[in-house]
Amino acid sequence: MASNVLNRRDAWSYITFIIIVFYIIVLIFPLLSLLKESVTTGDGQFSLKYFAEFFSKKYYYGTLFNSLKVTIAVTVASVIIATPLAYIMTTFKMKGKIYLQILILISMMAPPFIGAYSWILLLGRNGAITNFMNDFFGVSTPDIYGFNGILLVLTLQLTPLIYMFLMGALQNIDNSLLEAAESMGYTGVRKIVKVVMPLLTPTILAGSLMVFMRALADFGTPMLIGEGYMTLPVMIFNEFISEMGGNDGFAAAISVIVIILALSIFLLQKYISNRKSYYMSALNPIEEKQHRGIKNILAHLYVYGFLSLAILPQLYVIYTAFLKTSGRIFVSGYSLDSFRVAFDRGGKALLNTFTFGAVAIVIVVTIAILVGYITVRRRNAVTNSLDTFTMVPYIVPGSVLGIALLLAFNSKPLLLSGTATILIIAFVIRRLPYTIRSSAAIVYQISPSVEEAAASLGASNMKTFFRITLPIMLPGVLSGAILSWVTIISELSTSILLYTARTQTMTIAIYTEVIRGNYGIAAALATILIAITVVSLLIFFKLSGKKEFSI
Amino acid sequence: MSISIEFKNVIKRYGDVTVIPGLSFKIEKGEFFTLLGPSGCGKTTVLRMVAGFNSIEGGEITFDGEVVNQKPPQKRNIGMVFQDYAVFPHMTVKGNVGFGLANKKMNKKEIEEKVLEMLDIVQIKQFADRLPKNLSGGQQQRVALARAIVMEPNVLLMDEPLSNLDAKLRIDMRNAIREIQKDVGITTLYVTHDQEEAMAISDKIAVMNQGKIEQIGNPQQVYQRPASIFVATFIGRANILRRKVRFENGEHYLYLADNYKIKTPQLAVKEPDKEMDVKVSIRPEEFIINTENNDGVDGVIKQSTFLGLNVHYIVTLENGEDVEIIQESTIDGTLEPNTKVKLKVKKEKINIFDDQSESNILRGVTNGL
Ligand SMILES: Nc1ncnc2c1ncn2[C@@H]1O[C@H](COP(=O)(O)OP(=O)(O)OP(=O)(O)O)[C@@H](O)[C@H]1O
Ligand SMILES: [Mg+2]
Repeated sequence: MASNVLNRRDAWSYITFIIIVFYIIVLIFPLLSLLKESVTTGDGQFSLKYFAEFFSKKYYYGTLFNSLKVTIAVTVASVIIATPLAYIMTTFKMKGKIYLQILILISMMAPPFIGAYSWILLLGRNGAITNFMNDFFGVSTPDIYGFNGILLVLTLQLTPLIYMFLMGALQNIDNSLLEAAESMGYTGVRKIVKVVMPLLTPTILAGSLMVFMRALADFGTPMLIGEGYMTLPVMIFNEFISEMGGNDGFAAAISVIVIILALSIFLLQKYISNRKSYYMSALNPIEEKQHRGIKNILAHLYVYGFLSLAILPQLYVIYTAFLKTSGRIFVSGYSLDSFRVAFDRGGKALLNTFTFGAVAIVIVVTIAILVGYITVRRRNAVTNSLDTFTMVPYIVPGSVLGIALLLAFNSKPLLLSGTATILIIAFVIRRLPYTIRSSAAIVYQISPSVEEAAASLGASNMKTFFRITLPIMLPGVLSGAILSWVTIISELSTSILLYTARTQTMTIAIYTEVIRGNYGIAAALATILIAITVVSLLIFFKLSGKKEFSI
Repeated sequence: MSISIEFKNVIKRYGDVTVIPGLSFKIEKGEFFTLLGPSGCGKTTVLRMVAGFNSIEGGEITFDGEVVNQKPPQKRNIGMVFQDYAVFPHMTVKGNVGFGLANKKMNKKEIEEKVLEMLDIVQIKQFADRLPKNLSGGQQQRVALARAIVMEPNVLLMDEPLSNLDAKLRIDMRNAIREIQKDVGITTLYVTHDQEEAMAISDKIAVMNQGKIEQIGNPQQVYQRPASIFVATFIGRANILRRKVRFENGEHYLYLADNYKIKTPQLAVKEPDKEMDVKVSIRPEEFIINTENNDGVDGVIKQSTFLGLNVHYIVTLENGEDVEIIQESTIDGTLEPNTKVKLKVKKEKINIFDDQSESNILRGVTNGL
């Protein structure tokens, strides 16, 4: 509870002001530039011709439907797969549960386009499984390119995301609710449908929104595996980067359409979940039980089956990284050549990834701590609007943000295109909404009386913050920072628009090698990236002592 | 150094809602002053205004005559003890207690000495290097108390500091608080909704109701001479009966029943009306039960509960009213339900209130404001 007297102008007012200015420059101004670009012609006249064009050609508006179709399919599939997964993981005693939890996380945090590329290696035209099935059984495998491929890759990637949300919610359901249901004769499936599902509905909605946004915004997967099945981010990229002189205005117009779409879904979700939310907190959470017989076997099959599928692409990529290559094709035998070349060619990218990532993380953590604190402890009209600003990137897909930044910063005095700065800005903006949320959640848990106690002992507001609040927040914020780090180093959709030869990152390097068909080198680079991800996550587990986290 | 605190017509609003409509009272130097009242009556609000955490929408708060309305909490030299302890979780007991001293530009050695001395007073010296999570609730509350007192504040503010402790610890701690407060002599503003705690600990009690103070007095005054029906019923238990006072032969008589009246010379009514409506407050222990055929109010025992030291009766009067009575238990046993009894009262102890205003109309009783 913020009190009015504490709200008198102090250093926090200035910090709030500076952060708002920061957001106006790096987010609002670019988005407005984007909007302006979308509704003006080359000579600066107002015109809606790009929008008209978009909706008049099937080639264009068909993409919108493609995106919607695959995004909805991914969201539904993820919910359907994740719900039993979370339920089993909460109520069943599973063999190797901790490792399962960690693997689920790793499969979620690994860069999605590596999954896409790996599935091509497995099930593509010349894929390992495709050839195997063909040669030995004469069976042809289903086509992995297009809708199917995107659905497969994104579903495997995003199911863990909803799973995480659900695990959190299930832990807040009091066991006595389930026991009460059982005592009234609701058992088994009926109990789940009548009691558990309704309680989980708000969580499922929130998780679905997250999955929807991610699936809608994903660029790497449809780019690699989509082939003829074009989605909006891919089209935005193509229009903007097009060999024959990109069409900025048209790309901007599509971007605006995507934002409107994302915003509508966001508001719809908010509206629904506001009417359906309960506050739950379990005194005695649901406990896992040892189940027997067929039930137990099926549960294990389900979880292990899902995980094998989810982890398979990463494992296969790692495996191919150690294969001997001749030119572009894999030959029999093993070698570390791919790694040698990878370090040769990708050394700079690796260094860039670390430097940009580290700088971005420092900025993200700093801003997130400050904003988290301000929005919780200094609630007023100004900080509320800051809160809203910081959540905007949530509905702006990476490629859209990339274009907005390029349009805004391509001329003096704010000439940033081509610099590392613009990449770092992009990383920071994209990651902030999540980090701010988690740091605000941490501030919520600190009793205001702790700070009041410090004030009553004569500590100034700043001293209270640095000596009391910050040290209490720090452990939580730092473990959150590791997660931010992992997502930043696997970012592709914005960097692909913003990078230059000098500012190439790991993900770009992998992507470039995949496009060139240098699968061995791509695999080696991807292996390095996966290794960094896994090590970072292990550090996270060590630090936080948690088996799951909120994203 | 302790100070006196004065509220002059202080107003507090949260948005459009006026929580404190205008409060005036004074806390003397070195006094242990308790705000007592039901939940939501504004106790915490008042305390936080003294601390400086709440803005003040009207009136003045003064410390030793100096207006402090605009002074930030840091500059008020207050010590505060919170209901949830609010110890700093990342600092040891020593670190907690020394935190404020470090603001005072004292050198390390002095701080260390003062801290240890303080820990000795609150009897947690042996935990000096522990983190709060390894302390019990009572120990944490001692840390909070030590942390506040070590600053030698002008005023000590405590908001239900004992409500998170179990019953026995609550009594130990309240004695400790009382003792330490007396030793150091700090003006103390204490908030509680536990009336027994308030009685045990305070020099003065202010009984609050809906943002207003109903009465200020020492524990004995508020219990024995409540200024209003609200105070009478909030502190301790009281049977409130509507009766009539009649003026006969130059004297006031309270008619407790048609055939039982008592002389009430202590009534402060100027114009002796022939008859007036009053409310009488009689505490359960202020009844005397008779089984012989004496005079008194007729009644029938409805229920009796033996509680060891006392016996608790519910008696139905002849007009159908139920009253609660407590008698010391005797060896001859308790009265059975349906026993006919005659009730008398301890005349000098009962209180009489105006029927309309519900304020005490006995001579010499004031609300202390
Ligand atoms: N920040 C606030 N905003 C609006 N109303 C408030 C706020 N704080 C308190 N109130 C209201 O002011 C009134 C007095 O609250 P206060 O906390 O002072 O009560 P209290 O006497 O301390 O009660 P309790 O014994 O439950 O702690 C209540 O009606 C409460 O709802
Ligand atoms: Mg209170």
